Amino acid sequence: MKAFTYERATSPAAASAAMASTQGAKFIAGGTNLLDLMKLEIEAPTHLIDVNDLGLDTIEETPDGGLRIGALVRNSDLAADARVRRDYGLLARALLAGASGQLRNKATTAGNLLQRTRCPYFYDTNQPCNKRKPGSGCSAIGGFSRQHAVVGVSDACIATHPSDMAIAMRALDAVVETVRPDGTTRAIPIADFHRLPGDTPHIETTLDAGELITAVTLPAPVGGTHIYRKVRDRASYAFALISVGAIVQPDGSGRVAVGGIAHKPWRVEAAEAKLQQGAHAVSQTLLADASPTHENAFKVTLVERTLAAVLNEAKG
Amino acid sequence: MHCPGHLELSRRDLLIATAATSVAISAAPSLAHAQNQTSPAARPASSTVNLTVNGSPRSLDLDNRTTLLDALREHLHLTGTKKGCDHGQCGACTVIVEGRRINSCLSLAVMHEGDEITTIEGLGTPEDLHPMQAAFVKHDGFQCGYCTPGQICSAVAVLAEIKSGMPSHVSADLTAAAEFSEMEVRERMSGNICRCGAYPNIVEAITEVAGRQG
Repeated sequence: MKAFTYERATSPAAASAAMASTQGAKFIAGGTNLLDLMKLEIEAPTHLIDVNDLGLDTIEETPDGGLRIGALVRNSDLAADARVRRDYGLLARALLAGASGQLRNKATTAGNLLQRTRCPYFYDTNQPCNKRKPGSGCSAIGGFSRQHAVVGVSDACIATHPSDMAIAMRALDAVVETVRPDGTTRAIPIADFHRLPGDTPHIETTLDAGELITAVTLPAPVGGTHIYRKVRDRASYAFALISVGAIVQPDGSGRVAVGGIAHKPWRVEAAEAKLQQGAHAVSQTLLADASPTHENAFKVTLVERTLAAVLNEAKG
Repeated sequence: MHCPGHLELSRRDLLIATAATSVAISAAPSLAHAQNQTSPAARPASSTVNLTVNGSPRSLDLDNRTTLLDALREHLHLTGTKKGCDHGQCGACTVIVEGRRINSCLSLAVMHEGDEITTIEGLGTPEDLHPMQAAFVKHDGFQCGYCTPGQICSAVAVLAEIKSGMPSHVSADLTAAAEFSEMEVRERMSGNICRCGAYPNIVEAITEVAGRQG
């Protein structure tokens, strides 16, 4: 790990301003992803701005009947919140399917959205990787790609976003609230928050330099049956091969977001409009532009089959 | 035309030039810092942190890079907590911070100012074992023992989490209070890997303590 200096920020605006005015700085919250990457020197900040004292750790009801989740609310606290369990079961289920009890106790809501890919070539500093070292090439294309993306890929990168929580946030139409270095705030719909790799896979979100997430808001509950089905190589404590997050209404309509197949949570509104026609119709549209490798073509079939299982479960 | 004198001059010039270059190199970092908008160089790369470890107040001057795990093991010589993978994947470094279990390898010590930390040494002693330690001994919940301190710290916290009603991935009803079961233990303990495969006995040990707690 490279040496760095350290400060504790005292307000969100001050943290954002400090970030913009300090070369090589990074925010640190739970640290479960950043420290892992710093040990490997994939991340090498020269200054850390600890945001844990900013008081952004509460879950409040919004005037329109939704929830405002502070950026620093720990994954385990969010999953255990009675309102989340009752009204946003998909979110609680997705959180509980991710990581381990120890990690969920540290990992934060904002940090979860910002976690980096687990592509093994991103982690292996001896290998070219356009995400880690722009312009160096992609080792996953033509390499071992069983875990990788099948939709929204580019010639520069086929990495996936690893978050379970983000899949639920996408299906729930969450909004990411931020503050920028000049003190202005904005609200970014989750659909616009994560980027596809294109030819700049190292730029993963639409956040500006120094911009700090302060909260994630959820609109009023939409009812329905909430299901998160994660398919992985072991029963617990593993990243998804694919995952399906769904909210199914009594008439069979609903919402679907899929994880493990793209650089961002994958939700196609035109696909979920076909939910009443069944899993095949939905996945045909959802994965219409899929371009899997020979090693991960199984994901295309797996998405349809998992969605079929989810729709069966929703019928009760 | 070759001129020996020219060569001598060149050698002298070379020595002078070399000396000048090394001055320039050693001056470069401070020049780079001076150009920053704010200067991290003005801040130290180490910090003082005050912790309460197993009930005792401890003050440490640490390189900012020091993880909580290394602070416990290398600076406080509490070597019960183990370093397995050092990347949050194995759970051998699990300790209880402010009542919650975490991977001490993925946390910086400087981020724990004022925190109360319980390690395996703080749960019990060889003369006066914590019930979970006694149950691991009774049920042979280990073979090589390397993962055991993390397993025990995690297990103590798992029972508290179930008691507080926190749901898990295998809880059938999200809105109901969590209930103890073997399946719940296996899911909740999945962040603690045991390469010897002592899992059945670990589950038995935790089940016995859970039963006693009622």
